[in-house]
Amino acid sequence: MSIDLSQFHQVFFEESQEGLQIMETGLLELDCEDPDIETINAIFRAAHSIKGSSGTFGFTEITEFTHVLETLLDEVREGKRGLTQEIVDLLLKSVDCLGGMLAAFQNSEPVDPEYANELTVQFNAYLKEGCTKAADQQQKPDKPPVGATKMMTTWNIRFVPSADILKTGNEPVRMIRELAAFGDCCVTTNLEKLPDIGALEPDCCYLSWDIELTTDIERAQIEEIFEWVIDESDLSISESAGLFMDSEPEAPTEPEPAKEIVAAAGGNKPAAKPAAKSKAAGDSVKSAEATSIRVSIEKIDGLVNLVGELVITQAMLSQVGTESDSGNLIKLQEGLAQLEHNTRELQESVMRIRMLPISFTFSRFPRLVRDLSRQLNKKVEIKLVGEQTELDKTVMEKIGDPLVHLVRNALDHGLESPEERIEAGKPETGTIELSAFHQGGNIVIEIRDDGRGLNTEKIRSKALKNGLISETDTLTPEQVQDLIFQPGFSTAEAVTDVSGRGVGMDVVRRNIQELSGSIEVESNEGFGSTFAIRLPLTLAILDGQLVQVGGQTYILPLVSIVESIQPNMDLISHVAGGCDVLRLRDEYIPIIKLNELFCIETQRTNLVDCLFVVVEVGNLKVALVVDDLLGQQQVVIKSMETNYKKVDGVSGATILGDGTVSLILEIMDLIKMAGVMQQSKNGLHMVSSRGYAA
Amino acid sequence: MTKILAVDDSASMRQMVSFTLQGAGYDVIEACDGQEALNKAKTGPVDLVLSDVNMPVMDGITLIKNLRTLSSYKYTPILMLTTESAADKKSEGKAAGATGWIVKPFNPDQLLNTIKKVLG
Repeated sequence: MSIDLSQFHQVFFEESQEGLQIMETGLLELDCEDPDIETINAIFRAAHSIKGSSGTFGFTEITEFTHVLETLLDEVREGKRGLTQEIVDLLLKSVDCLGGMLAAFQNSEPVDPEYANELTVQFNAYLKEGCTKAADQQQKPDKPPVGATKMMTTWNIRFVPSADILKTGNEPVRMIRELAAFGDCCVTTNLEKLPDIGALEPDCCYLSWDIELTTDIERAQIEEIFEWVIDESDLSISESAGLFMDSEPEAPTEPEPAKEIVAAAGGNKPAAKPAAKSKAAGDSVKSAEATSIRVSIEKIDGLVNLVGELVITQAMLSQVGTESDSGNLIKLQEGLAQLEHNTRELQESVMRIRMLPISFTFSRFPRLVRDLSRQLNKKVEIKLVGEQTELDKTVMEKIGDPLVHLVRNALDHGLESPEERIEAGKPETGTIELSAFHQGGNIVIEIRDDGRGLNTEKIRSKALKNGLISETDTLTPEQVQDLIFQPGFSTAEAVTDVSGRGVGMDVVRRNIQELSGSIEVESNEGFGSTFAIRLPLTLAILDGQLVQVGGQTYILPLVSIVESIQPNMDLISHVAGGCDVLRLRDEYIPIIKLNELFCIETQRTNLVDCLFVVVEVGNLKVALVVDDLLGQQQVVIKSMETNYKKVDGVSGATILGDGTVSLILEIMDLIKMAGVMQQSKNGLHMVSSRGYAA
Repeated sequence: MTKILAVDDSASMRQMVSFTLQGAGYDVIEACDGQEALNKAKTGPVDLVLSDVNMPVMDGITLIKNLRTLSSYKYTPILMLTTESAADKKSEGKAAGATGWIVKPFNPDQLLNTIKKVLG
C-alpha cells in the first residue's frame, strides 16, 4: 500500500511553525540563572516533534539540523549542561534558521544549507565529543545486509520468555507464528516449569520453546522478531549444523535510569504557568501564504448546533405553510421570529470563526524587542496585555507591520538609554506595553512606553521647517502631536538602522485607515507616549449610517463621521473655483454635494434644507450634503469588484432589509472625485484636480 | 473492527498514522496527549495503542504506566513511537509496560507491517 505523504505536508508546516513559535517564546522567557524545567521541556518537545515529523515526511535537512539542536537541549534538560546566554542566542538563531528551511520547503525552493551548517558547527563546538556518534545513532536500527546467496540454514532457537512477558502485551505465539512464516518450523513446548494448578498465576508465562527453523533468513532477522523482548528473555539462536551453542549474552534488566530523578528535582517549580503560556502561543501562527485557518472545536460545535436549530425552525415553518389555516398566523410569526434569532446567531458564529486571538500577532514582539534592545543598548521589558482578545484574521494580518513600526519607534525614539533614564530618576529598564481590548464593535490596541515622550517644541520646529504649519498657527499640544502622522515627518536626529527614515507614521496611519481604523497619540513629555489604534473587529461587516440622496440610499462608514449638522446659511461661503466651504468652529470644510457628484435629481436644491454630514479621512475633513439621515445599522459588505466592477467613490455594496442594493461610499474617493483637497486641518490650501485651484 | 488508539501531539504525525491505519481498514481513535488518550481509553477497550513518547500534559511513558493499571488494558499491545533509538527510552518504556516500539522516522508500510505483526 502506498500513501502519498505530501498530503500531510501542509499540516506539518503549520505545526512546525507553531513549534518554532513555542521554542522562541520559551527561549525568550528562559532565565539562564534559574531555568524553568517545564519551559525547557516544552522547547525540547517542540524541537523533538519537528525532528520526528520532518524525518517521516522526508525533510532530512530539517531532521539533521534539529537533531544537533535537540542533542544540546537534551543535555540541558537532563541537567548535564548549564544554560548560558550564548546557548540561548544560538538556539534562537536556529529557530530562525529552521523557519527559513521550512519556508523554503513550503515554497518548494532549494534549501540553502549554509546557515544551518554554520550553526551546526557552533552546536558541535558546544557538544564537543560524541556528536557524530549521536548523529549515527539515528540511523539505527541497521537493516541487515541482504545476502546475495540465499542459503538454507537450520536454526535452533531456544526461547525462554520472562514470566511477565504477557503483562507487556507481548504474545510468544505471535513471535513463533512469525518465525513459522519464514520457513519450515518445528516447535517443542517445554512444560517443566508449569506449576501445580493451585500455584498457577494466570498471567505468568511458565512455558518456553525450542524451535527448529529451516529457512534462508539471516540471524539478524530472527533477532528482529524478538527485538522487543530480547532484554528480558533468554534467547539463544544457533545453527544446528554448528557444534557450538553460542548463547546470547543475557542482558540484565536495566535499572530505571536516573532521568526520573532529574525531572523530579527540577519539578519543584509550578508547572502550570509555562504550560499555559506555550498553549496560548501555540494556538495559531501566522503564515502569509496560509490559506487555512485553525478553528477551535467549540466554535465549530456551536455552529453545528445552530444549523441544527435552523433546520428545526425551517421544518416548523414548512409545516405551518402546508396547514393553510389562517389561525396559524401567530405560529408563523413565532417561527419567523425564531428564524431571525437563529440566523443572527449563525451569522455571529460564522464571523467568530474568522476571529483569532491577537497573541498571534503579539507573540512576535518579545523577540523583536529583545533583539532591538541589544542592538540599541537599551534595557527594555515588554508587557503583553489582553493577548486573548480576538480579531478578524484579515485585519490581524494587515496590522502586523504597523505594529512593528510603532514598537520599533517606541524603542528607538521613545525609550531613553539606561544612563539618561537614571538621570531622569526613572528605573533603568524601560517598559513597553502592548495591550488589546474590545470597546464597542472595535478592538483597541495600545502601544505604551514610559520613555521621554513627544517633544512638542521639536515637532513644531520640524513642522515649520517642512512647511507643514506656519509661524502664525497656534496649535494645541494634541494638534502638534498629531503632526507626526504627516507625510515626510521624522524627528530622529540621526537616521538609525532601526527606524527613522521618515517613511514612518504617515504610512502607519494610512495602513490603519485602509482597515477603516484610526490611530491617535497621547504623550506626556518626560513620561512616555501611548499610541492607540482603533480597528473594526472585522472587515466583513461595517457599522453604517444610511443616508438618502434623491431617491437613493447610500451608506457611510460610521467610523468616519464626525458630526451631522443643519447649518445656517451664513456659515456657508462660496470660494473661487466653484467650491463651497462650511465654516465650522473656525475650520473651513469643503462641501461635496453628493447629488451633483452622482448626477441625481433631488427636490432639495437649497442647501439650507439639506443636512451636512461632516466626515474625516486622515487629516481631511469634508462635509457631504445629503437629503436625509435614515438610520444606522450593521451592513454586510459585498465586494463590487467580485460582483460587478470597480466603481469610483464606492467601496462596496450591501443588501438592505427590503432587498434593495445600497452602495457603501468611500470618502477618500469622493474627495478625489470632487477634486477637493484640503491639505491640513488648519492651513486652508485647496487644490483642485480639475486644474483650477482655490 | 479492530480499534487502534493513536496518540501523538504532532498533528501531521497523527494524521499520517490515522490515514494509514484507516486506509488499512482499522478503526482509529486519536488523542493528542497522554491525558486525552487515557480519558478516551477509559471509555472502552481498544485492540492496540500507538503512542508518541514526548508529549505535553502527560508523556507516553506515564500513559503506558496508567494504562497498565486499567484492567481492560492489562494485556493490550502498546507500541511507542519514538525517535530515540537510544536504549534508555526503550527500556524505560518497557519497564512501564510497553509491548514494543516503532522508531521514527517510519513510513506507512513499516507502520502497517509492525501493526499486523502485533495484532497477529
